[in-house]
Amino acid sequence: MKPRIVPLGDSALLIQLGDEIDLTINQRVHALANLITNSSLNGILETVPAYATLLVHYDPLLLSFTQTKNLLRGKIDQIYGNESRKPRRVEVSMKYGGEYGIDLDFVANHLHLQVEDVIRIHSEKIYTVYMMGFTPGFPYMGKLDDALIMPRLETPRTRVPAGTVAIAGSQTGIYSIESPGGWRLIGWTPLKLFDPESESPFLFAPGDEVKFIVEK
Amino acid sequence: MSLEVIDVSGLATIQDSGRKGWRRFGVPSSGPMDAFACHAANLLAGNSSQHAMIEIGLGDIAFRALHDCVVAVTGVGYGLSIYIWDFPLWSSYYLRAGWTIRLNKTDSGMWAYLAISGGVSPFDTAQGQPILGSYSTYLRGHFGGLDGRQLQVGDVVKSGIPSSSLNELAARALSEEAHPAYSDNPIIDVILGPQEKYFTNESIATCFAMSHEYSVSATSDRMGYRLEGAALTHRGKAELISEGMTMGAIQVPSNGQPIVMMADSPTTGGYPKIGTVISADLPLVSQCVLGRSKIRFRETTVAKAQKKYRALMSGLNERIVEADL
Repeated sequence: MKPRIVPLGDSALLIQLGDEIDLTINQRVHALANLITNSSLNGILETVPAYATLLVHYDPLLLSFTQTKNLLRGKIDQIYGNESRKPRRVEVSMKYGGEYGIDLDFVANHLHLQVEDVIRIHSEKIYTVYMMGFTPGFPYMGKLDDALIMPRLETPRTRVPAGTVAIAGSQTGIYSIESPGGWRLIGWTPLKLFDPESESPFLFAPGDEVKFIVEK
Repeated sequence: MSLEVIDVSGLATIQDSGRKGWRRFGVPSSGPMDAFACHAANLLAGNSSQHAMIEIGLGDIAFRALHDCVVAVTGVGYGLSIYIWDFPLWSSYYLRAGWTIRLNKTDSGMWAYLAISGGVSPFDTAQGQPILGSYSTYLRGHFGGLDGRQLQVGDVVKSGIPSSSLNELAARALSEEAHPAYSDNPIIDVILGPQEKYFTNESIATCFAMSHEYSVSATSDRMGYRLEGAALTHRGKAELISEGMTMGAIQVPSNGQPIVMMADSPTTGGYPKIGTVISADLPLVSQCVLGRSKIRFRETTVAKAQKKYRALMSGLNERIVEADL
């Protein structure tokens, strides 16, 4: 798909690099986000990378939509062929099942797998933080092995504790603060994903690579 | 200089112009529901546009001044009384130590802003630090403002150093022609898209028909205003791969009832967006009466929207006049 720039209202625009969940497209999104951030363009306020799009917030008192679009066009051209980069690797030690991973047995049954298989398949892979959202510090990670694809809960739980590791569709994530949640809960990590008062408030950043380490 | 909360039935939080630069980590910007009224309150109080203030909605609040100070009050839907007098909003006032200031909810409008000259800042050293660069309260995240919560009786809201003498800052008003065209039943300009192709042509026509009104649901909050009206029909599925969104974006989930994302909007969303409310009209949406106001949508262009926003925001300092008290 050819990149498209479309307005989202009068103070943001959306750069669409694709329309599917795909690692190459997502890497371009992060490359573009970094390029724009590092260019410190006057009037460009912040960017929000997602799976296949980059949202760019700009100041409509300083820039028109057309001016913003023209500023960004050149940046988009630069990222094609330049996606290779060294993402940061974050290791997440976690315990599968137990008090918080209350859906682990159900997931195994539903998928006709042994619990050990679910743990092995989930922990084997290196995931990419495609995007962050939902709550502060929540990483949407993929891509999950096809063998672990589960539908979301029909009725979300009203309260999922911070640190709970979950799966839904082809994604895996970690609840960053206590919140409602409709994903399948398979384990828990003691790591703090979001600490607003800390010098580095977030465990993850968009584009990071993540490896789960099994704690017995 | 400080104000003590002596009575509160409404939702009162500390807000500044919003939390900037953290949306890529999933942190909502928060900040004021009515950014114009918030900006105007800071101007009238002689503050910079970044200073924090008190936002009040849904009910009443009263304070006692613990020191002499100047406050500026703006917004829609409130009656203001200071000591024994009633005063209009959109003006600044000299408060004497010991005086009471009350903001009482009236029938129309939704949010009022109370700025203190010098800005609401450090409560005390433990609570007063900005979180991620902002004093804005994010209630769902339990951070920002005063311990991430709404104000309660007994809270003492402290302020910084005013930019000039209290006498110079008091008794100033923003002339009425500078106010946005607030209305209980406003016509709201919207920029189409980005997912207009997810909707049937009939639905888009309905959404922007002058003959069609949306009611603003009573279940709305700082995160989003839920609208009720003719259901908008999706051509196919009512989901897309999640992408960034912003205040004013109109998401339409599978039930076809639009939600206008507001100050505490999540940073990303996966429902198709039929359009986005323009910046100049967001204050009008925010001041709709929940459970009663009706909104009509009108399509506009980005260029016209930006022109309207610049007109709204420009030359405000020249429109500050001596208050007619």
